[in-house]
Amino acid sequence: MVALAFFAGRSRSLAIATNVGGIPYLNSLPFYYGALTAVWCAIPSLVVLLIWNFADNYFISNMIVAELPESALELVEGKKDLLVNQVYNVAEGIMPREMAPDYIVAASERLEVILWWNRMLLAVVCLSIGILGSLFVWMKITPKFKARLHVEGVFLGVLFVSACIAILTTVGIVFSVLFESIKFFTKVPITEFLFGLEWSPQMAIREGQQGSSGSFGAVPLFVGTLLIAAIAMIVAVPTGLMSAIYLSEYADRRIRDWVKPALEVLAGVPTVVYGFFAALTVAPFIRDMGIGLGLDGFMTISSESALAAGLVMGVMIIPFVSSLSDDVINAVPQSLRDGALGLGSTRSEVIKQVVLPAALPGIMGGILLAGPRAIGETMIVVMAAGLAANLTMNPLDSVTTVTVQIVTLLVGDQEFNSPKTLAAFALGLVLFIVTLGLNYLALHIVKKYREQYD
Amino acid sequence: MTKAVSTQAELVERSLKKRYRAEKRFKIAGIISISVGIAALFALFIEIFGNGIGGFSQTKIKLDIVLDSEELEIYDVNNEEEVSNGYYEGVIRLALRKKFPEVKSRGDRRKLYSMISDGASYRLRDLVMADTSLIGQTKTFWFLADDDFDTYFKTLLDGDPYTARVDEKQRAWVDQLIEEGNIEKGFNTAFFTSGDSSEPELAGILGAVIGSLLTLAITLALSFPIGVAAAIYLNEYAPKNRLTELIEVNIRNLAAVPSIIFGLLGLAIFINLFGMPRSVPTVGGLVLTLMTLPTIIMSSRAALEAVPPSIREAALGLGASKMQTILHHVLPLALPGMLTGAIIGMAQALGETAPLLMIGMVAFIVDVPSWFTDSATVLPVQIFLWSDSPERAFVEKTSAAIMVLLLFLIFMNTMAVLLRKKLERRW
Repeated sequence: MVALAFFAGRSRSLAIATNVGGIPYLNSLPFYYGALTAVWCAIPSLVVLLIWNFADNYFISNMIVAELPESALELVEGKKDLLVNQVYNVAEGIMPREMAPDYIVAASERLEVILWWNRMLLAVVCLSIGILGSLFVWMKITPKFKARLHVEGVFLGVLFVSACIAILTTVGIVFSVLFESIKFFTKVPITEFLFGLEWSPQMAIREGQQGSSGSFGAVPLFVGTLLIAAIAMIVAVPTGLMSAIYLSEYADRRIRDWVKPALEVLAGVPTVVYGFFAALTVAPFIRDMGIGLGLDGFMTISSESALAAGLVMGVMIIPFVSSLSDDVINAVPQSLRDGALGLGSTRSEVIKQVVLPAALPGIMGGILLAGPRAIGETMIVVMAAGLAANLTMNPLDSVTTVTVQIVTLLVGDQEFNSPKTLAAFALGLVLFIVTLGLNYLALHIVKKYREQYD
Repeated sequence: MTKAVSTQAELVERSLKKRYRAEKRFKIAGIISISVGIAALFALFIEIFGNGIGGFSQTKIKLDIVLDSEELEIYDVNNEEEVSNGYYEGVIRLALRKKFPEVKSRGDRRKLYSMISDGASYRLRDLVMADTSLIGQTKTFWFLADDDFDTYFKTLLDGDPYTARVDEKQRAWVDQLIEEGNIEKGFNTAFFTSGDSSEPELAGILGAVIGSLLTLAITLALSFPIGVAAAIYLNEYAPKNRLTELIEVNIRNLAAVPSIIFGLLGLAIFINLFGMPRSVPTVGGLVLTLMTLPTIIMSSRAALEAVPPSIREAALGLGASKMQTILHHVLPLALPGMLTGAIIGMAQALGETAPLLMIGMVAFIVDVPSWFTDSATVLPVQIFLWSDSPERAFVEKTSAAIMVLLLFLIFMNTMAVLLRKKLERRW
């Protein structure tokens, strides 16, 4: 129909053009008249379609509830949604008719009728809006009508909306995480969450059950996250930095051409693969080595250790650190190096005393940017770090992290308003704030201390 | 004076050795760092390949099946229900008993029956239902072995048998089968043609691969146009004001937000607020779109910046409007760079697991999805699920699935590199 509108508008403009003496006498090319007609046909009906889709569920549910007998509603006080769900299930054949009470079957038959009417009405409304829209433009087409400007305006609008999706996403994240977190903090005080030392979010399935009050002190998670991230950074920062230095200052082209892509492959390996590797190979290896060294006498050695997760995560971050450092090292002007070399320094002295100080802000920024990666990394820790919320600094013990808990709290079917699920959003909020903070700090450092050489 | 100079020279001379040693140490540290990275890469690949290669083959056992209608309890071959409810397990058990007549006790028989995969009777049923004339005949079939035997047989062939799950008697049966030539290792077709299963020998990746493709299709269809449009706006139209700055800061920040946060967004907004269903590729695609958008916008902007201003000025000078300049001249020139960025973004999305766990794409789904609104899982999530399974046979399945995933990623990245090489222009 949109295509039809396009051709209608285009042919109308062509017809008018022949009247006034040819295409050159039109304000815009025929294409634009067609495009404008098509746009007026498509966009209003699409908007209606979207709004309709969001709204119709609400109205239909209300109609169904009105359909149900009073007695049934009283029976399941406050669980209207449940009944409506049953009606839907029966109508879609998920639930066999024989099992449902009569009033549900009746309501489901009614629902089918309503749904059919809903679809028909929607189709008719959208079609007529589309036709009206295109007619509106079609009538307006005259030789003086500035179709091109209108089309370009619409085009610019589309571009602008696309650009704003980034803002919408951020707003969406903030709202989704913040609202759920506020709900959580009405149930669990924020001080307990941030400073409590005990994490065991098991809620009662039935009332009065033993150990029904879950405790939501997130300190063990924060410590676990920082421990693993610290191990990862201890691995990644020196290796990544030295690799970048060697590649940009010492290695000749041939080695560079081979080694750089190989290191970049490390960045392209999916995290779930690293997680599998950590759990299957590295963790048992570290445990055996720990026991072999006789460390099990005076500390806990777990099969899922912080060290395994941290080491593998470090390997994952190496290319990130090295490519960022590579950029800043290359940005240090050659004249500085030549000057230092000319004064008789060895190469390593040039690097240590001239290049690195000049590149330091950039390198610091890169390290700060690698931080969120380590903190927010999920799959490696889910697969290799374990679930036990131990408050420990022992890298051979099993620890849990913020991301692991988010995953374990949210995977599977849960009641959405239980503190358990809400706690995951609160953890998400902490993670989001920390990431943004680190990112902001990194950009700030890079901007403030960057030396301008040209 | 000369003395002072000579001492200074001597000083330098003496310190030189130490300085050269420091130089050498520094260089070696660099080489070690690089070796650590490369060694980790090799260890990873060798481990995955070593484990995964076995996942592509499968042990099969030859049995002569007597499709006796009496045993099958099928008396009317035209009655579809009766044929489908036939006692196929029974005829397979009968064949096993005939092959090993010395097995008498109940416990031993149960062990014997466990040699053949649970899927065998379903396969037999499908064959019979497709061709009912088979009933009454004696046919030879190769059936899949159960995963414990599969692992034992494969490790036996490699010379280092894994015996933890098979006992003395079962090993003797396998030896007998080997002697008679009734057991062999073949290509694992089920791995590529079926969905997930709780039986390792029946589990395949087709469902996950299709799920991944459907999810990626949504992601590409949304993120590429939106990303390119946003890049055009920011590079060509945006006035220098607070709003533009806000957009740019947002894009940079979103690129650094951990992927799991996008999963939380998807769960709270798409599933709870908009009421979309869980575990469907559409929602997965939406979440991944938001996640890859910053990557695509940034690479598209770089591609737009690489188009020299002279092109724009020439078009504008000839009377083209700004939109015509961009759509007819700048965009076609920038497109190869944008496509490269899009492929890299898609590769990132293909390997992503965490946000999809949040929106429920982690369910155990046997059926191969056929449309965007079917319940589905994706390849990385399938890998995660299998790696959690206790059966040893799933280790090689997991590794094999990882090999397939890596193959896809290598293919996509090579394509990106080739595309860039081929279409790149120097101005």
